[in-house]
Order: sequence, then structure tokens, then C-alpha cells
Amino acid sequence: MSIELKSVSKRFGDVTAVDDVSFTVAEGELVALLGPSGGGKTTVLRMIAGLEVPTGGDIVIRGRRMNDVPVQQRNIGFVFQSYALFRTMSVADNIAFGLKIRKWPKSDTAARVEELLKLFGLGGLGTRYPHQLSGGQRQRVAIARALAPKPSVLLLDEPFGAVDAKIRQELRDWLVHLHDELNVTTVFVTHDQEEAMEVSNRIVIFSRGRLEQIGAPRAVYEQPDNEFVARFIGVLNVLELRVENGVARLHELTFPAHGAAEGQTLRLGFRPYAVQLSPNVGEHRYRAVIKHVYFLGVLLRLELETPSGLVLRTRITKDEFTRLHLAQGDKVSFQIREYRVLARAGESLPAEVSAVHQTAQFGEGI
Amino acid sequence: MAGGTVRRRTGSGTQKSQRGSEESPLVRWLLIGIALLFCGVFLLLPLVNVFAQALAKGLPHYWASLVHPDSVAAIRLTLLVAAISVPLNVIFGLAAAWAIAKFDFRGKTLLITLIDLPFSVSPVVAGLVFVILFGMQGYFGEWLMDRDIRIIFAVPGIALATVFITFPFVARELIPIMQAQGSDQEQAALTLGATGWQTFWHVTLPSVKWGLLYGIILCNSRAMGEFGAVSVVSGHITGQTDTMPLRVEKLNNEFQGPAAFAVASLLALLALLTLFLKTYLEWKQHREQAAAQAAVEPDPDPTGHTSP
Repeated sequence: MSIELKSVSKRFGDVTAVDDVSFTVAEGELVALLGPSGGGKTTVLRMIAGLEVPTGGDIVIRGRRMNDVPVQQRNIGFVFQSYALFRTMSVADNIAFGLKIRKWPKSDTAARVEELLKLFGLGGLGTRYPHQLSGGQRQRVAIARALAPKPSVLLLDEPFGAVDAKIRQELRDWLVHLHDELNVTTVFVTHDQEEAMEVSNRIVIFSRGRLEQIGAPRAVYEQPDNEFVARFIGVLNVLELRVENGVARLHELTFPAHGAAEGQTLRLGFRPYAVQLSPNVGEHRYRAVIKHVYFLGVLLRLELETPSGLVLRTRITKDEFTRLHLAQGDKVSFQIREYRVLARAGESLPAEVSAVHQTAQFGEGI
Repeated sequence: MAGGTVRRRTGSGTQKSQRGSEESPLVRWLLIGIALLFCGVFLLLPLVNVFAQALAKGLPHYWASLVHPDSVAAIRLTLLVAAISVPLNVIFGLAAAWAIAKFDFRGKTLLITLIDLPFSVSPVVAGLVFVILFGMQGYFGEWLMDRDIRIIFAVPGIALATVFITFPFVARELIPIMQAQGSDQEQAALTLGATGWQTFWHVTLPSVKWGLLYGIILCNSRAMGEFGAVSVVSGHITGQTDTMPLRVEKLNNEFQGPAAFAVASLLALLALLTLFLKTYLEWKQHREQAAAQAAVEPDPDPTGHTSP
């Protein structure tokens, strides 16, 4: 194991920023710490780096307990959100800093700097100063500087937060390639679930200082452990239903009661892609009007409004949209192919979210 | 395209506002004239006069006034006092600015207020405080007498008073710079293996060096030019506890005008040099700040110029 956190907690005064978090990162893995801001993910990263000291639990890097090891001796590379380049030093001096501190011989230092400049596409920029670089270049210098002393782990805090959308995509791809090439254990913090899904091998999801779920991008998307994860990863329609006459109901939408008693409320969620549409108003159970069409590229996002005013979000491919001859304002019929029960009234949150319910068996003709 | 319209709009906007605020030529020349006249009469004329008076009896006399043993002693003492107080204030200024900019602690506001105290207290009062503390009739006077330590009417008293007076200069200069920079660069240095001292030496100091130099020259010019506080604690012993400003006053009181102005001309030269260095450092600092600003904003070059 490259990095191991055992029941790590961090309190700032009365505020618990990180609460009993345990997870491991394998050698060579690329892991994302994901969560809304204030979720504790940056604090976890800083504790791994040694910039914060945990108030409870142990942090182990390559088998060595690191709690009392100062940041200088942890042999980590850290990339700050602001990059924190030394602005009085040239690009080459920035990259060489960690090597000079470690007293590498001059010739080795120069060779390593040259190698990194080349690897990071910064050839010819060695004599420039940080303020003479573009945002993307600055970030690459920051990563090169962190990697120069050959750290055992690379930690990045919101690495793509400060650059604009176009460059961000490039940098993401580039980080994945870099990781493939160098294979250094990498942990990065992000609040962008798409970024986490796209870049990482595994995602660790935080909310309010707690670890909510850890798993491969696909696993957390398809099998979220709880409502928070389900809602945070991707889009989720959440309905709050009330059980009447043995059926959970919200306006015209009805679902089986799933064991909830009469009068109880039930929350369930479904992904936009689980909604099946037809231009034939008689084909599916429910009727709706396409209120809005949002063009996202290959996918379209539709907003459906049922006759009673319920608004649902769905996604459909462009091809299918064309094939069905749909347009904004059209009347359609729809059904919900699969959904999850998120919680029943009176229960604490992580409820019966493991099972995916297929509505097909529930019958469509009713 | 869009860029073009925006540029045109702002262009016409500034033009309009310029037209709106434009005064008639008469008013303009009148205002400029008043400002120039004021500077001429109250700043430039006295300065020229200092040199004119100093050289009134010719260069040999000027030189003789300067190399007079008592004047030489005054110059030496002034240099000594500056050599003591400036380094002390550099150390204090760096420590205080570091503490205020990088940590949160109780009493931070109090510390900031205290740093400004010498600006708000009359120098004479500052001098008297030291007399009350260390003078013959002062709180520690007897204790010091018993041990044969002289502070008041001696060099230590002058140095103390000068340190007190010049206290805020370096700290005041560094606090805003350090606050603006935050501690990201220092943290980055730590993650790269640097010790606290290495971080200070290689990262913090270079990034505040212009501000620090600026503070040092202001501090130095005040340390050499201070009159009030020093006058109270010095005792005016000719050849022993006279600094340059005190020497100027004494010569003037003794109706040795040209000699007084000769020593004064050195202080005036120091002022001119300070002004020149200050302007140069301000310009230098301004440039670096602009550069740092540009470093914070994403991508300054590729968007503006290459787009059609």
C-alpha cells in the first residue's frame, strides 16, 4: 500500500473538518478525493502531505507511520491550487529548487531539469519567470517542480480549478497520460464529479468531513451507497412519495410501496437516462410536455412537465431525439425504467439503495 | 469582432469623461502655477539655499567646517546610531511583519497599533520617556548608576531613542506585502524539503526584498535625521553626544551659519539620495507587483492578441 489512512480525524477548534476517515491508495494508483467545498477533502490531502497534523488516527506512507514526520521528510510532491510558483525564480530554478535543497550535484540537477522541461512540453521556457507563462504552462511547471525530487506520492489540490474550460480538458488528458507514463501514486482533490470520473482509477467521496463512498468511477455511479453519493455523482431525479392504498404516489406517478406502511413517505431517485420516451402519447404510462431542450453535444437534456406540473430531467441521445421526431413543446408519453428507493420516513439515510428496481415487472398497462 | 466593439465603446467613454472634466486653460495653468510656486518657495528654494549658504565662504571653508573634529565626531556618531538602529529595526520589522501576515494570534490588532505608536507620539515625549526610565532620577537610574552604566546623555540613550522613533518603518512597509503574498510559496518550499530557514532565505526574503530595501532607506534617513527625541536624551556634549542634526543646531546657535549649513548640506544630500532611491524602489516594486498581478490572472497573452 502506498498511502494508508486509519481512522483519521481533524478538528479545528470546535469544527470537525475530517471525521474518522479510513482508506488506502495502492502503489501507482490515480485517486480522486471528491466532494462539495467544505467537505474535508483538501484537509485530508494536506494531512497526507504533512501540512496539517491529524488530531486522531494514523497516516501511513509506504509502510511508515507519518504522523510525526515533518513535511520536509515525507518525500511527497504537492501541487497547490494557486500553483505557488516561486515568482522571484525562473522556471528552471523553480523546478530545481527541491533538488538544490537535497544537495543534488549540479550536473544531475541540470539534467533532471532539462528532462522535466522536455517531458512537460516546456522546452525553451526554462529562463522565463512565472508571470511570463500562461495558466496551463504555470500548472505544468508546478507539477514538474513537485515531481523533480522523485517523490513517492504526488498530491494535487484542485489542479484544474484555476484554468479555463478549454485548457482544463487538455490538462485532464495530459494528467492521465503523464500518470500512465510515470506511474507515480497520485491523489488529487476536485469538486467536479465529471473530472473525478474521467481522470481517476478510484474516487473517494467526502461530504461534511465524512467518507461517503470509495470505488471505481463506474461503481460509484451505478451503485451509490447512499442518497448523497447518488445525487452528487451525476444527475438524479428525486421524488418524495406518500403511500396511499398500498401504492407510493406523487401526483400521477405511482410506484410499489416497497414495504412502507400506509401514510408513510418514501424517497426514490432515478437517473435521467432511465426515463423512456415515446412521441406516441398512448404508448407509455405517463404523459408530459417537453418544456425545454438543452443541447449538450451528443446528448440532449430534456425537461418534461407532467399535466400536474411535476418537472423531470431526462437525457436522450441526439440520434434518438431525431429518430423520434421530437421537438420542444411536443406532447409525449414516458415511463421510468429503473429507480432506487433512497429512504423511508423515519429511517436514517443510507437506506435500501442497493437494489435497483425494474419497473417493467410492475406493469405498464395500469 | 466583439473585442473591437468593446474597445470602441470604452474608447468613446473615456473621451467623453475627459471632455466633461476638462477645465479651461486659464484654470489649468493657474492650478499648475500655484503647485509649482509652492514647491519652489517652500521646497526647492530652501534646499538650494542650504547649499548656497554652505558654500558662501567658498569651498575651502566648506571643507574645513566638515572636517572640524567636532563635526567629524557628529558624523561618526550619526553613522554609528544608524548602524545600530537600522539592523535592529530590520530584524524587528521582519519578525513583526512575518507574525502579523502569516499567523493568527490574540493581540494581533494591539501589535499593529503599537507598531504605529512612534508615528503618533511626539519625538520629544519619546525622548522624555527614556529619561524617566534611565535618567539619573529615573526608575532604573540608581541601579544603573551603581553599575556605572550610562544610558542617558550617552550613546546608548541616543541609539534607544532612535530605535524607538524608527520602529515602524520596516514593519509598516513589509506587512502589506507579506499579507498580499500569503504563505503558499513558503508551504510549497516546505513540501519540497526546505527547512524554515531555507524557506525564509530562498523564498520569503527575495519576494519582499524591494519592500524591505524601501523600508530600510526610509528607516535610515529618519535615523540619521532625527532631532527631537535624540535632543532630549543626548545632553549635547560637543564631540561626544552630538549627532549631525544636533551639531547643525549648535553651530547655528553659535552664529556659525556657513559651518551649520555645511553639515546641513550633508543631511540634505542624504535626503536627495533617499528620495532618488525611494523613487527607484517604488518603480521597481510597482513593476514586480504588476507582474505578480498578471501571474494571478489566467492566461494574459494567448487570448487578447491572437484572436481575429
